[in-house]
Amino acid sequence: MSATALPLWAEIITAVFAVLGAAFAAIGSFGLVRMPTFFRRIHAPTLGATVGAWCLTVATIAYFSVQGFSLFLHAVLIVLFIVLTAPITTIFLMRAALFRERQKGNTKVPPSSESR
Amino acid sequence: MTPVLFWALKAALFLLAVAMLCALFRLLAGPSAQDRVMALDCLYINGMLMMLVLGINYASSVYFEAAMLVALFGFVGSTSIAKFLLRGEVIE
Repeated sequence: MSATALPLWAEIITAVFAVLGAAFAAIGSFGLVRMPTFFRRIHAPTLGATVGAWCLTVATIAYFSVQGFSLFLHAVLIVLFIVLTAPITTIFLMRAALFRERQKGNTKVPPSSESR
Repeated sequence: MTPVLFWALKAALFLLAVAMLCALFRLLAGPSAQDRVMALDCLYINGMLMMLVLGINYASSVYFEAAMLVALFGFVGSTSIAKFLLRGEVIE
């Protein structure tokens, strides 16, 4: 633990955004448990990947910028990477789920736009 | 570090641990393969967020490289498993 004391406003910003981001991630993951079908469940964890990641990044930037007396932007790289890659994974998973459910003959899948 | 930030970081770690447990439940109990892949995706994102909080907690920037690597390899893993579920092979 470094001995340098932060000003109180920086600690409050860090604390608020850390708890907020973690709470959003927890809500998103709880939706993963609670929702009944896959096509509803896939919406829930995106909450943690967007708002949760951004809030924790703001907390990190606030803490290390004040502590090191210079702008700390490494954490933005991580969240930009997550922003770019999380939709790709979700699209692939959604296509795979649609394909597999139709192969099984399940008629309760969401309809495609070309079929009507 | 004042008690405000100390307890806020502990609360954030607790919430992320609960989030990881929820994802782990879906990973173990998911009825279909795509449920498990989605739970694994959620699990690694929560782990990466926990690493960011740990980086603030220990005031060390080493954790950010680790979080970057977790994000990178998690994306590669999830995408390739999803591609496998879609086509039956990863590289065609």
